[in-house]
Amino acid sequence: MTPEAAAQAAAIQNKRDKRRQFVTPEGVDLELAIASSGLRFAALVIDLTLLVLILILFSLLAIWIGFGSGAEAGVTIWLLGFFLLRTFWFIGFELGKRAATPGKRIVGVRVVARDGGRLTADAVIARNLIRELEIFLPFTFLGAGAAEDMVGWGTSLAGAAWTLTLGFFLLFNRDRMRMGDLIAGTWVVQAGRARLARDLATASVADETLRFTDAELAVYGEFELQELERVLRTNEARVVTQVADTIRAKIGRQRLEADDIFLEAYYRQLRARLERGMLFGKRRADKFAKE
Amino acid sequence: MPAVQAPAFSASRFRAEREADWIIFDQLLTRLEKGSASSLSTEELLRLPVLYRATLSSLSIARATSLDRALNDHLESLAMRGYFLLYGVREKRSARLIRFFTQDWPAAVRSVWKETLVIAAVLILGIATSWSLTASDPRWFFQFVPENLAGGRTPEASAEYLRSTIGHGKALVEDGERSGMAVFASYLFQHNSRIGIMSFALGFAFGVPTLLLIFYNGLSLGPMLAVFAGKGLGVDFGGWLAIHGTTELFAIILAGAAGLKIGTTMVFPGEMDRLTALSRAGRTAGKVMVGVIIMMLCAGLLEGFARQLITDTVLRYSIGGTLLLGWLAFYYAPRRAAA
Repeated sequence: MTPEAAAQAAAIQNKRDKRRQFVTPEGVDLELAIASSGLRFAALVIDLTLLVLILILFSLLAIWIGFGSGAEAGVTIWLLGFFLLRTFWFIGFELGKRAATPGKRIVGVRVVARDGGRLTADAVIARNLIRELEIFLPFTFLGAGAAEDMVGWGTSLAGAAWTLTLGFFLLFNRDRMRMGDLIAGTWVVQAGRARLARDLATASVADETLRFTDAELAVYGEFELQELERVLRTNEARVVTQVADTIRAKIGRQRLEADDIFLEAYYRQLRARLERGMLFGKRRADKFAKE
Repeated sequence: MPAVQAPAFSASRFRAEREADWIIFDQLLTRLEKGSASSLSTEELLRLPVLYRATLSSLSIARATSLDRALNDHLESLAMRGYFLLYGVREKRSARLIRFFTQDWPAAVRSVWKETLVIAAVLILGIATSWSLTASDPRWFFQFVPENLAGGRTPEASAEYLRSTIGHGKALVEDGERSGMAVFASYLFQHNSRIGIMSFALGFAFGVPTLLLIFYNGLSLGPMLAVFAGKGLGVDFGGWLAIHGTTELFAIILAGAAGLKIGTTMVFPGEMDRLTALSRAGRTAGKVMVGVIIMMLCAGLLEGFARQLITDTVLRYSIGGTLLLGWLAFYYAPRRAAA
C-alpha cells in the first residue's frame, strides 16, 4: 500500500470509528456519530459566554432599578446568580426536547442515553452536576488564591491545573465521554440539521455531448465521488478549476468545456456507474480499491 | 460506446418519488421541537409515526442505493430527530413529576442507606474531633474555622456578643453590618450547595475525597459548638443551628452518600460490567441529588427568613425537629409499592 493510500484508508477508518451502533425498535441503525472534542469545547465556550452576558445584563438592570446598594446587589448577583444560573442552565436546556444547551444547538450536537433508551432527568442532572468539579473547581482555586492569603499563588495555580486535568478526561477515551457522561450513561452525538440540498444528478443537456467512457469513470471510487460532491456544493471557482484539471490530467482529456460543466457531468456519470454497481452488490471504497 | 444508460431504478427517481414525505416530516418535526404536541392537529399527529417509518425505510434504501452524501445526511438527521421526538417521552410530564416525588426520589434515597450511615458517622466524627480539641484548648479554634466564616464568634468573644449573633438579647451588630446580611446569606447558600455538589462529584475518585470533604466540614462545625457551649449558650446555639441545620446537614449527608455510592460502584461493580454499573449508580445518585437541591433550597429559605424571624429556642428546636422527622418519614417510612 502506498503512503497516500494508507492515509486515505486511515481517514475513512477514522470516520467509521466515530460511528456508534444505535438500532431503533424498527431495526434501523441510526449510526450516531460521536461529537468531537473540538465541537464540545466550542459549545461550552458559547454557553459560558451566554451565561456571563446574562449576568452582566442582570447586574446592569439591578443597578438601574436601584435595588440595594450597587456593590451589594452586584456581589449577590454574581455569587448566587452565577451559581443558580450555571446549575440550571445546563440541566434545564438538556431536559428539553432538543436535549441540548444553546451552545450545543449552535454547533449541532445533543445528549443521548448510551443504552438507546430515553434521556432521563436523573441522567441529565448527574452529568451536569459533575461539571461543577470539572470546570468550576479550577476557577474556585484561582479565586481562592486571589481572595485569601491562606494559600499562595503557586498552590492555587497547582490546584487549578490539577483539577483542570479532570476536565480533559474526555480526550482519553474513544467515546469522548466526560466524567459526567460516564456516570450518567450518556453520549454527546452529532445532531446537526442537514438541509435537503439540490440533487446534483438530475440530467442536463451537457450529458448528451459530454460522455465519458467506462475506462475514464473506472479511475475513482466512492470516497472521491463524495469529495467531488463537496467541491460542487461549496462551488468555489478556484477549487473547481483545480479539481477539474486534476481529473482531466488523470483521464487524459483536453480542456474543451467550462470547468463546472465538466465536473458536474463527470460527477453524474461516475455516480450512476457506482450506484449501478451497488445494486449488484459491488462497492468500491476509493480509487485504491480493486474493481 | 457510451458508458452509462439510465437504469430502471435510479437514486434520483427514488428521491423524486419520496421527497414530498420528507419535507412534510421535516416541517412537522420543526413545529414539534419549537412548541408542544398540542400545536399539531390530530390528523398531523396520526401522520407522524407513518412519516417516521417511511423516513426510516427511505434511509435504508438510500444507504443501499444512493451515493448522494447530502441526501443520506439529510435522511439520517431526519430519522434521528424523529426517533428522539417519538420515542423520547413516553409519559406525560405531570405523571413523571408525580412519580418522581412520590416514588423515585424516596426510593433512590432509601437505596443508598448504607452510604448515608457511613457519611453521617464521618460527619459526626469530624464534629466530635474538633469539638473535643477546641474544648480542651481554645487555640485549636483557628485551625478549624476560617476567619471570614467565624464572624467574630471566637473563643475570646463575650457571652453577650455571642448571644447577639444568634438573635438573642440586645443586638450588638451595627446597622451597617446588617445590610451585608443578604450577601452573607447568599454566600452561605451558595457555599453549602457547592459543598453538597462537590461531595457528590468527588465520589468518582473512589469516594475518598467525598469522605475527606465531609470530615472537613464536620471539623469546621465542632469548634463553634465548643465556643458557645463553653459560654453556657450550647442549647441556644443548637436551636439557632437546628432550625435550618437539620435539613441542611441531612442534605449534605445525602449528597455525600450519593458520591460514595458512585465511588464504591467503581471499585465493586458487582455482577454488571463496570460501565453499566456505573451509569446505573449515577442515575440513582442523580435522583438523590435532585432531592438534595430541593432540600438545600428549603434550608436556604429557613436560614434566610425563619431563623431571623423566630428567636425562641424551643420553637426553633421544634421546627428543626419536625422537619427532620418529616424528611425521615418521607424517605424511609414503608409505603405501598408502585402500581
